[in-house]
Amino acid sequence: MVPTRWLKPVAFAACLLPAVHLGLGVLNATGVSHWGGVSLGADPVKVMLHTCGRWTLNFLMITLCMSPLREITRWVLWLRFRRMFGLFAFFYALLHFTVYLWLDQSGRFGALWQDIVKRPYITIGMLGLTLLIPLALTSTAKAQRRLGRRWSRLHRLIYLIAILGVWHFWWQVKKDIREPALYACGLAILLGFRLWKQRRSPARLSVAKPARSDAA
Amino acid sequence: MKILPSEITPYTTYLSRRALVAGGLGWAAVQSLGGFAGKAFGQPPAALKYTRNAAASIADPPNSYADISTYNNYYEFGTDKSDPSEHAQKFRTQPWQVTIGGEAEVTGTFGLEDILKPHPLEERVYRLRCVEAWSMVIPWIGFPLGDLLKRFKPTSKAKFVEFKTLYDPKQMPGQRVPVLEWPYVEGLRIDEAMHPLAIMAVGLYGKTLPNQNGAPLRLIVPWKYGFKGIKAIVGISFTERVPRTTWAGSNPSEYGFFANVNPQVDHPRWSQATERRIGANAFGPRQPTLPFNGYGAQVAALYAGMDLRRYF
Repeated sequence: MVPTRWLKPVAFAACLLPAVHLGLGVLNATGVSHWGGVSLGADPVKVMLHTCGRWTLNFLMITLCMSPLREITRWVLWLRFRRMFGLFAFFYALLHFTVYLWLDQSGRFGALWQDIVKRPYITIGMLGLTLLIPLALTSTAKAQRRLGRRWSRLHRLIYLIAILGVWHFWWQVKKDIREPALYACGLAILLGFRLWKQRRSPARLSVAKPARSDAA
Repeated sequence: MKILPSEITPYTTYLSRRALVAGGLGWAAVQSLGGFAGKAFGQPPAALKYTRNAAASIADPPNSYADISTYNNYYEFGTDKSDPSEHAQKFRTQPWQVTIGGEAEVTGTFGLEDILKPHPLEERVYRLRCVEAWSMVIPWIGFPLGDLLKRFKPTSKAKFVEFKTLYDPKQMPGQRVPVLEWPYVEGLRIDEAMHPLAIMAVGLYGKTLPNQNGAPLRLIVPWKYGFKGIKAIVGISFTERVPRTTWAGSNPSEYGFFANVNPQVDHPRWSQATERRIGANAFGPRQPTLPFNGYGAQVAALYAGMDLRRYF
């Protein structure tokens, strides 16, 4: 198919933009460079943390949009991007965690463990990140073939991960819950769509062929 | 009809006149500054006359003016840290009146100049610790709150002092959204309010407060979390009962009335043991939070015998 040949690299580059922006911001904040207009403000670590967190959620949402879009537009093309978007969700989640551990907590694993045990919103976030690992590891076509039907069952974990992600966000805002509420609404629509589909034709999900599974 | 002095003399003109006259500058300069400050909208910060109170100042280098004036919480102008500096520029701080009420002999509505007139201004470099676990060092210009309160002769029934922020959703876009209960209310126990470290601030870095930092009049209680430092004050009331303060009232399990900085008592959702000092070393390690934000030697006695885990 012709369009994917160039669409994919373009989409890939676009997905990297938030990370590039943060990278330039760090270079500016540390005085290495002076790129006009790119500033992470007075608390760059918090901005990095929040930007990576937001983009993790964004990519989880985008990934979850792919199969509904396929259903609605009857375009299979969407599914070709699903893996890439899913992996970007993992990439930003990993970056989010790295900024948290390395920059915010200065690499003190003891503090990290304390936080995981004591702070429910961090427990949830860590759980979400941990659950993303097997999905990222089994994202290759080879793994998909090898796991067969179990692959789609495994990758349904993304529903739980997205819920954990939004919950993690919701639980850490001080008072203004408008933004996490927006994510929760979006997620409710995406998951609701699947429930509705399944209700309409309950047989479809269970007999889905692994190669083009409906898991995500 | 009574004409208040605040309706005649713009506040910044008044303050800058004080500065210039004291500084021995000529009438022409006063005139030009007066004309400058006469623009009713978006008063730019004007120079203040003050002395430096070294004894009440810490030695840490202060944060930059840019950091202090672009990174803060002021939900009346939005919930992002950059919202106040973006949305407060047209905020009108004159004329400005403060209503004094409750358990005191002298009550009524006063123009801001009448409130400020008797108080010599001083600079105090204080730590500011936000409940969100970040901190700054800020050179405030102000005067002891106790000196102001004594002028109203609080009665023996005055056990607490309640402060109120202006309620004006037209000017304060954040008040159009019910994120908090408006207007913002804060309060202190009377002995806390009379403590010499508690100040009313009118400026920072030698100039009048930028609108986004609480102009024209705000509270600074350096041993408490930043949200106690109520901004744009229009009401002060002496009460017998604990005031229903905004954060403690809206979420009593997470925010207390006292809100003393305490590394031992965590916020239910995050640790208060360390803080990120905004500024030069932004990527450096977090630093330990000090009990009472480092002012324990001066203020711990106020809370002798109190269980600070219960009264957080």
